[in-house]
Amino acid sequence: MAVPALVLAVFYAWPFGALLARVVDADSVVDVVRDPDTREVVWYSTWQAALSTALTLAVAIGPAVVLGRYRFRGRTLLLGLLTATFVLPTVVMAAAVDALAPDGVGGTAAVVVAHVLFNIAVVVRIVGASVAASADGPDHAAATLGAGPWRRFVDVTLPSVRGAVAAAGAIVFVFCFTSFGVVRVLGDGRATVEVEIWRRATVAGDVDAAAVLAVVQLVVVGLVLALTARRGATGVPADAGRGARRVQRAGERRAVVAAASFVAVATLVPIAAMVARSLRGSDGWSTTAWRTLGRQEVRPGISLGVDPWDALLTSLRTAAWATAFAVAVGGLAIAAITVARRLGRALDAVLLLPLATSAVTVGLGMLIAFDEPPADWRASWWLLPVGQAMVAIPFVVRAAADVARRSDPDRLAAAAVLGASPLRAWATVALPVLWRPLLAGTGLAAAVALGEFGATSVLSRTGTVTAPVAIERLLARPGALAQSQGYALATLLAALTVAIVVLVEWIGRARRT
Amino acid sequence: MLAARDVTVSFDGGVVLDRVGVEVADGEIVALLGPSGSGKSTLLRVIAGIVVPDAGRVLVDGVDVTGLPTHRRRIGMVFQDEQLFGHRDVARNVAYGLEVAKVPRSERAHRVAELLDLVGLPGFERRAVQDLSGGEAKRVALARALAPEPRAILLDEPLTGLDRDLHDRLAGEVAQILRRTGTPALWVTHDLAEAEAVADRIEHLR
Repeated sequence: MAVPALVLAVFYAWPFGALLARVVDADSVVDVVRDPDTREVVWYSTWQAALSTALTLAVAIGPAVVLGRYRFRGRTLLLGLLTATFVLPTVVMAAAVDALAPDGVGGTAAVVVAHVLFNIAVVVRIVGASVAASADGPDHAAATLGAGPWRRFVDVTLPSVRGAVAAAGAIVFVFCFTSFGVVRVLGDGRATVEVEIWRRATVAGDVDAAAVLAVVQLVVVGLVLALTARRGATGVPADAGRGARRVQRAGERRAVVAAASFVAVATLVPIAAMVARSLRGSDGWSTTAWRTLGRQEVRPGISLGVDPWDALLTSLRTAAWATAFAVAVGGLAIAAITVARRLGRALDAVLLLPLATSAVTVGLGMLIAFDEPPADWRASWWLLPVGQAMVAIPFVVRAAADVARRSDPDRLAAAAVLGASPLRAWATVALPVLWRPLLAGTGLAAAVALGEFGATSVLSRTGTVTAPVAIERLLARPGALAQSQGYALATLLAALTVAIVVLVEWIGRARRT
Repeated sequence: MLAARDVTVSFDGGVVLDRVGVEVADGEIVALLGPSGSGKSTLLRVIAGIVVPDAGRVLVDGVDVTGLPTHRRRIGMVFQDEQLFGHRDVARNVAYGLEVAKVPRSERAHRVAELLDLVGLPGFERRAVQDLSGGEAKRVALARALAPEPRAILLDEPLTGLDRDLHDRLAGEVAQILRRTGTPALWVTHDLAEAEAVADRIEHLR
């Protein structure tokens, strides 16, 4: 109990307090808020997020309804593809869209496309779960009254999933509003608030202004979430579909084929384009980019200055530590929730806070707090993994908290009455139901840490180059070889991330029987 | 006239209906009686077009409609749990089939008032469906099903779950309303007394 609370106090509350203190101290608050540049970034964040959200909902609600309503062969595979897409690092998705875009097409259009591709999974999960959970009756009733498929979609289905659509829309909007990696890689120089926080804090060296912007962003995100929180979505997983309908008619078959093709194309084509571009030299197909991944010098005397292989190893090392930290802290918190009700509850809520705070803000807070004695930890090797862990902890907690909350302390008491020591009671009663969600949380934490770019960008100023950082640098460089290496490294990182999540899923499943 | 012939349905390997048939002549009320699990509801769903049968045919006025989707069959249905639209008031529930059929607004209002009169709920137009009692909800469901003037109407355990008193009163009333509109009706129930009270003829499903 004490350990997670302490960790949170030192690495989240203190940095966050330091960040707020900067804002209060700064004479420049008014200047920053009045600055036309600030208004420009807030406005850009808002409209591109609104556009991305509208487009995501427009393309994803149809497939969400079909995947939620019908059972058909390949449905599980499609949901898996969506999950895999969703856990991809942001810079990888950006690289994929960059690879897909014809030359000269980029900037905001590419940013919005990347946002849409990412968030289809969010809409399909949340809205699909709502469709799967809602009864077929009203739909059948409308059909017996003469309403065709489109009429029923508008009159019956949409009204019944309104809450889920609003909830999904809010989440997508927040993701896009605080977008960082996608905008860094694909943007045309226009910045979201998140990017501007990073730019002011690192490139421009104006930490005060960055702190003010971080608070502005927190307020906007808080408002959006508060406004939509009341229309909560149902917590039913999208693969609940036990009551799902069979596909019976040609019309239904067409809808299923259309939705399945759309999901398959949206998830696979960008990745395929990225792989293809990694195999493209200045003149035709070439494996040079892959063969030179581990070499500083690509040709005698010519160096790209970024070592992709080394960056990948750094990422693996950092992410391993970050995952260990996140699972240790998150796991202890989960254990605390199962044992002590009230304090556990508080911890449960508090540990989700970093989720509401953006990754760059988490990094910025740590940058401000750990800059001077007694906590001059800026040069410590562990600061970066701890920063990534702060971003990953909420994923661990969320993965297991539901199960932990349902664990009844009386059941521990029952074991104690039968003569089990507290530790034994916990290990035999609570742990057996907890290990699977904790394992899933571990996989997610590892995926998040591997692809973490926001906190990393702020904290790695001393020169730690992780894979996402290297991808961004390589893609920003002119020259076909650097680009191809960027795509190759992004392909490797994508494969690693997906492999971790699939592996964890597979272990969880294999032991279920 | 409504007819189902040699209908066969199996779900996940189990045979629910094995070459079952039923016929309802114009103006007739037929009760379909059988224990729970005998496939009565499934047969209704096949006739409505909600379930596509593995074999067999559904005929309306001698025309094969087996290949038509539900919304093109013009067969009305009163569901066991009413399935009223929660986001629409009573009038807009009853008017739904008329809206879909593009009946002009003024005529719709007129027809809704007429139907609410017929089912004994005059003036209920603006009520929320959540505020209706069990008996009122059944009446609204019946009015809604009758509104688009279906060629036949299916009733799936329409009175199950009501208390005895209301059940008996409503059974007589609903049968009377169906006779007045002359709509051929197939009435599914597991209650022999109910079947004898409302139907011209009783068919048994084992």
